[in-house]
Amino acid sequence: MLGGAGPELVTEEVKTGTTIIAVEFNGGVVLGSDSRVSAGDAVVNRVMNKLSPLHDRIYCALSGSAADAQTMAEVVNHQLDVHSIEIGEDPLVCSAATLVKNISYKYKEELMAHLIVAGWDRKDGGQVFATLNGLLTRLPFAIGGSGSFYVYGFVDAEYRKGMSRDECQQFVLNTLSLAMTRDGSSGGVAFLVTIDQHSTEEKIILPKHLPKFFNQ
Amino acid sequence: MERRCTGSEVKGVSTGTTILAAIYDGGVVIGSDSRASIGGEYVSSKTINKVIQVHDRIFCCMSGSLADAQAVTKAAKFQLSFHRFMERPPLVIAAATIMKELCYKNKEDLQAGFITAGWDHRHGPQVYVVSLGGMLVSQPVTIGGSGSTYIYGYVDAKYKPNMSREECLQFATNALALAMGRDNVSGGVAHLAVISETGVEHVVVPGNKLPRFNHE
Repeated sequence: MLGGAGPELVTEEVKTGTTIIAVEFNGGVVLGSDSRVSAGDAVVNRVMNKLSPLHDRIYCALSGSAADAQTMAEVVNHQLDVHSIEIGEDPLVCSAATLVKNISYKYKEELMAHLIVAGWDRKDGGQVFATLNGLLTRLPFAIGGSGSFYVYGFVDAEYRKGMSRDECQQFVLNTLSLAMTRDGSSGGVAFLVTIDQHSTEEKIILPKHLPKFFNQ
Repeated sequence: MERRCTGSEVKGVSTGTTILAAIYDGGVVIGSDSRASIGGEYVSSKTINKVIQVHDRIFCCMSGSLADAQAVTKAAKFQLSFHRFMERPPLVIAAATIMKELCYKNKEDLQAGFITAGWDHRHGPQVYVVSLGGMLVSQPVTIGGSGSTYIYGYVDAKYKPNMSREECLQFATNALALAMGRDNVSGGVAHLAVISETGVEHVVVPGNKLPRFNHE
């Protein structure tokens, strides 16, 4: 340790300092995240799953302050349950995203979390929504978290419309691997969730199975 | 969303830039964007050339404070010109070391980083990085400046050692185009120099001829 007081644990809020990504394909979505949670210099959880279910076929990816993001996800999970009972069927992805956006926007000064909402519904198939700072926008894919800055160039270059389910999964893994290598606040294992009409599949990819690139 | 701090509170005109250099089979490509801005709000020059020739086969790219960078490269060019009294042209590492000495000895006052690339008779094509505090490191491929954050993933994924000249030129152009697309203080044209044993070629790619990526 280079002198001084050692790692700053106590005074720093717990952040997910993270890399999250969601991509739409024809018939569903793929979400991915890393698993590191840091408080200042220390990693307080190296295996956190940042892909949180909002409903059977709707997930969200958490970034920013861990407490804020988790709370938002739990609140929206509850609100969606109530909503789906009221309408008597599965909720739309757009509804879930709107509920997240409402909280983000109303409490934008107090909260510091960005949730990417993605899922499948019967009306519009696979959809990805970004809810940064209270805006709501549907995108073909979205990336977020501190690690995302390093891979903007990569996703701009590599994303193509009309990728298949497997291509999307590979695209998500490549992006996560590159970001986790460069961002000190992202790392650990990769979590992957693939949602389509028939199922919601969760996978964990260990570091040794992640794609490797030049100099790794 | 937390403000991304690039650590460059630079006084006056800053190059807020994207620079890169990469070794290919037989030579090296060095390149940069062409935008100079004041505080990220006003573009003071759209066509500034940040690729400076310090000797026949040695080029430097500057980032950080434009004034500091110009002063250092002028001093380096002056010192290197004494090599005309020697039998052979200077080594690339000699040029890089001059920049490093200046940066390290004046680290309190200067705020400039450099990439030095070139070809010499002893080691062939080389790329050296002199960082803000005066660290000197040799790498096969390197990127720098504020726009470089966005292309770490792309460069990690796409750089291969021993590429051909055309592949390397395309790689460098793509990387610059992607960074200019995401970084608001990088832009304009792409200035590139291809250096090999046989000579130096300057390539300028105007903004409208840069490769376009999907959803810009």
